[in-house]
Amino acid sequence: MHGTRILDEADRLMTVCNSCRYCEGLCAVFPAMEMRRAFSDGDLNYLANLCHSCGACYVDCQFSPPHEFNVNVPRTLAVARAESYAAYAWPQALSGAFTRNGLVISIVAALSMAAFILGFVALNDRAVLFGVHTGPGAFYRLLPHNAMAALFSAAFLYAIFALVMSVRAFWRDIGTPIGGRADGGSIFQAIRDAGELRYLHGGGVGCYNEDEKPTDRRKLYHHLTFYGFLLCFAATSVATLYHYLLAREAPYPWWDLPVVLGTLGGIGLIVGPIGLFIAKSRRAPELLDAQRYGMDVGFIAMLFLTGLTGMLLLLLRETAAMGPLLALHLGAVFALFITMPYGKFVHGIYRFAALVRYAQERRGEAGS
Amino acid sequence: MSSKYDVLVIGGGNAALCAAISARRGGASVLVLEGAPKFYRGGNTRHTRNMRCAHDAATEILTGPYTEEEFWEDLLRVTGGKTDEVLARHMIRESKDILNWIVEQGVRWQPSLGGTLSLGRTNSFFLGGGRAMLNALYLTAERLGVDVEYDAEVTDLVIEDGMFLAARLKRPINGETEIRATSLVAAAGGFEANIEWLKQYWGEAADNFLIRGTPYNRGSVLKMLLDKGVQEVGDPTQCHAVAIDARAPKFDGGIITRHDSVVFGIVVNKHSQRFYDEGEDIWPKRYAIWGRLVAAQPDQIAYIIFDSTVVTSFMPTLFPPIAGQTVAELAGKLELDPVALEKTITEFNAAVRPGTFDHTVLDDCVTEGITPAKTHWARRIETPPYLAYPVRPGITFTYLGTRVNKESRMLMADGRPSANMFAAGEIMAGNVLGKGYAAGMGMTIGSVFGRIAGREAAKHARN
Repeated sequence: MHGTRILDEADRLMTVCNSCRYCEGLCAVFPAMEMRRAFSDGDLNYLANLCHSCGACYVDCQFSPPHEFNVNVPRTLAVARAESYAAYAWPQALSGAFTRNGLVISIVAALSMAAFILGFVALNDRAVLFGVHTGPGAFYRLLPHNAMAALFSAAFLYAIFALVMSVRAFWRDIGTPIGGRADGGSIFQAIRDAGELRYLHGGGVGCYNEDEKPTDRRKLYHHLTFYGFLLCFAATSVATLYHYLLAREAPYPWWDLPVVLGTLGGIGLIVGPIGLFIAKSRRAPELLDAQRYGMDVGFIAMLFLTGLTGMLLLLLRETAAMGPLLALHLGAVFALFITMPYGKFVHGIYRFAALVRYAQERRGEAGS
Repeated sequence: MSSKYDVLVIGGGNAALCAAISARRGGASVLVLEGAPKFYRGGNTRHTRNMRCAHDAATEILTGPYTEEEFWEDLLRVTGGKTDEVLARHMIRESKDILNWIVEQGVRWQPSLGGTLSLGRTNSFFLGGGRAMLNALYLTAERLGVDVEYDAEVTDLVIEDGMFLAARLKRPINGETEIRATSLVAAAGGFEANIEWLKQYWGEAADNFLIRGTPYNRGSVLKMLLDKGVQEVGDPTQCHAVAIDARAPKFDGGIITRHDSVVFGIVVNKHSQRFYDEGEDIWPKRYAIWGRLVAAQPDQIAYIIFDSTVVTSFMPTLFPPIAGQTVAELAGKLELDPVALEKTITEFNAAVRPGTFDHTVLDDCVTEGITPAKTHWARRIETPPYLAYPVRPGITFTYLGTRVNKESRMLMADGRPSANMFAAGEIMAGNVLGKGYAAGMGMTIGSVFGRIAGREAAKHARN
């Protein structure tokens, strides 16, 4: 048998589902399952990360509870998915961050914000901290640009490195039968599938959340959140280029590209997480991995906080509140970066890798 | 919930919902009484996966035409002519439009998956299976304003001179109540889950039957109708039975307990004796005879025995095969006489003649000199581990039903059509299916006659 109780249960369910196959048209999980007759730990972790938790297979299943076969694929795979994050985390010493993750994230966030506030207080006198600063370089009177860039680059690079190491372990585990690298075509297919959340559609009707009436709400809020995040990231990247290539210093006027991108992204990062949080709190308990509620909400809250502090900073940057708000915003972003490899953020990375693998398998099938 | 409706539908499966929706679209007020709790709603529709409809050209979900004539020939062949030709041809003609109508009610067909699933030519598959199909119908019915009540067990029907007046039912909370309606649609299924009733025809053997579908098809509505003067149709002693895993639950194991490995091995009874040609015809053509064959064996149990070379030749199974490194070890696990099983397998192996194995055609791998012969796909069972699946008869549905005409209107014992009683689905399938079965026909009968019954019931109620 497998290493864990949840993988044993996932194996049991995939055995049931593989003898039925009624759900094969709903998403990628079941066709991928059908390519196998037995399931290794890696196979199950792959299937778990392919699952988008749309709930369609639960609502459509003639064997879901209270039936004695007790088939609950969405919840079982949700738990397996969450456990896989810890299993592949780098360094393994930090995999414990995934247990009581909500608490871990909130402590890190609180500490980061406090550190920036205290740092600002230590670095600057009160007149500067609560002063009104305008014009180019206004932010850097509180924290020199080079220090800011160094701090955040370090945090960001660490996050990237830890994520790469984690996903490498995952990729090796799920790629065992075929192994090797991903081809461009499969990567492109996976970018499209992830970009449009192709498999969060319940086979076409929408996703099931609080009852048996499918909607596309979760998809919409996820798009707002994800593309909001990307826009904010783009805003920061453009601003960095402005700074180093054009020697133009922030803050920028409201109509300038970094602000436009950041504003749109910020709106997405406020509205999207609120919608996701409401959906999460209304989700049918039988579909929910209740133990990971903290991890999910922690990540949603971090994104929301990043968006909210960023928007407040934009609105109030010419007032005395700018200093404290800048500290809060930088604290939120810093915490988001350093907790990225150890929280819900990784779901997107693992799922993307699983989608690449699935695209490869489909191509292999078509070619054979 | 008012207790006087234009149309009362008893049952909650495909036929019942098609009737309810079509009656509601015809302007009638409709109540659906489903005897099962909400999760188990829908009778055997929960376990279905496709529907057989005539169509003149290939579509996105069907690879080629399936003409009315071809459908009729298929029906004629599986029933051996035991069918009401007028009714059957009417159903086949109506099935063409059902393909589109059912989609308009929210049901979705499964598109091709580019290789993973090869589409059928004759049958369209429900995306997500039968329960998904039901969910769509229930959502549509509720949106249209059809009232639905679960756990609503009908205890009596008030019928006078072929005219339905009221139904009495037992509610879990409010106790006995009476519901009056201008028209009745009975779509409450057959009696295959009623072991006592099965025993009338099968005796004690019925205790060893497993019921593949819903535990709620107890035939009580069918029995009431027949007792109150409705004409019966179909052979009461007949049921559709296949060989399913003996480890399956007594009820509701559904499709996943089936075995299609018979052609890859031999089948022995509890005395380790073979009793029928395992290679008689292409699977799934002979799929449905094995339920009956096993029912005729002592204790209604048999064992499909094969070896490790054919393990991947059939769909993965719900229950793992029972394995032994030797025939004796396998016999021990199956509680069979090892000497007898050894002898059966040795004799079978000695009788196998060389040939070119191809399970997609009637190949030339045969046995010589043993009885019964295995006339195709005969290969030696000699590569350990030796494997086995225990099987029992799995009952799918019964054939006894109420006689109807082209309007889906019930006929009384004296041949007169009832004034206001209609029937659809398994409760009247015996009109079309005197015996035998072909995949997807049950759903065709349900949707076609359900839609007709609902329309006619509404028409009667609105006049």
